[in-house]
Amino acid sequence: MNISITVNGKVYSHDVEPRMSLAQYLREVLDLTGTHIGCDTTGCGACTITLDGNAVKSCTLLAVQADGCEVTTIEGMANGHAMHPIQEAFKENHGLQCGFCTPGMVMTAADILKNNPNPTEEEIRHGLEGNFCRCTGYHNIVKSIRHAAEKING
Amino acid sequence: MIPAKFDYKKVSSVKEAVDLLDEYGYDAKILSGGHSLIPAMKLRLNRPEILVDISGIHGMDSITEDGNEIVIGANCTHSAIVNSELINSELDILAQTAKCIGDVQVRNRGTIGGSLAHADPSADYPATVLACDAKIEVEGKNGKRTIAATDFFQGIFTTALEDDEIITAVRFPKVTNGNYQKFFQSASRFAVVGVAVVKEGGSVKVGITGVSDTPYRATAVENAYSGNTGEAADHAVDGVEVMSDHFADAEYRSHLAKVFVKRALEA
Repeated sequence: MNISITVNGKVYSHDVEPRMSLAQYLREVLDLTGTHIGCDTTGCGACTITLDGNAVKSCTLLAVQADGCEVTTIEGMANGHAMHPIQEAFKENHGLQCGFCTPGMVMTAADILKNNPNPTEEEIRHGLEGNFCRCTGYHNIVKSIRHAAEKING
Repeated sequence: MIPAKFDYKKVSSVKEAVDLLDEYGYDAKILSGGHSLIPAMKLRLNRPEILVDISGIHGMDSITEDGNEIVIGANCTHSAIVNSELINSELDILAQTAKCIGDVQVRNRGTIGGSLAHADPSADYPATVLACDAKIEVEGKNGKRTIAATDFFQGIFTTALEDDEIITAVRFPKVTNGNYQKFFQSASRFAVVGVAVVKEGGSVKVGITGVSDTPYRATAVENAYSGNTGEAADHAVDGVEVMSDHFADAEYRSHLAKVFVKRALEA
């Protein structure tokens, strides 16, 4: 089936099997391997991207369902070589250890801050319920998102 | 994990969807948000020949007021329900319920119609749909009909829907005094026990999910309720076969049901 998806501002058209997940499409067809596949069953959140502005788990979305949609992946967050404020905040606050969950954490953080520019610690933790960090770095991840909010709000 | 091969058809009307269901029967599955169906297909628990994507049907994601009722299109996501001003002001119990489904990413995709049609015994909505006496609006090859919530859930993953029928909307009465209390499965965030209570005058309506293989109205609690919440809550699992799994055996689940019914009655 032929689909056309805008990913990080660029339009891509491909003929894909209906059973291909969006995560697979991003990684294997577009070579955007920043989107990680962890549990592959909607649990861990490593594959989180934004679809028309909302955070979703791309392992549980068929590429054909994203036909005509706008997708942002972790590769689309930086502005050239300038990191996105959320990425900067993760770097400065040691918000990552092994880094596997980080792309999903950053994309979910973007959704949290879009809907709530000045979240409390509790609201951040509630927002991160769908993202697992097995290094158990949650404390610094929450700190990073708080810091990112401050950066963005100036 | 990759699902078995299937065909995909995105439809633009309910009639088109119903025609495909009629043609393919059990081999067709409706796809809306896909957040129950796609994981099941990856695990090969489900191998439909064709997916009928209804997400593009115009108007099926609306939330409207109709006299004393709120009509929620089947394609409304849990997030749309959480964020709806109308639902927050006229049907707050449903916003409370939707808010504790899964996580933000899941709520951004999963839909109320999909969740109800899937009828997972640990899903959240059934408790609230039952306690509110909501009506499920469906359409099939023989036309439209309305199913009372109390007739809709028939067993584990089993509903009153015929093979050629799809849910088009859910119709709730406005509810001012209701609340939903839930004990989360800590990994999956499904309800080990979920209790919805709607209070009207001196009486209550109680819907319970997660406890039995079919969500139910706790009529024994409703009959015993007279202000003494603890005593009424003791009847939470009367006449019910309580589920048991590695996370919560039947005894523990029964205990949780009583505790959460008491909390919901007192909230």
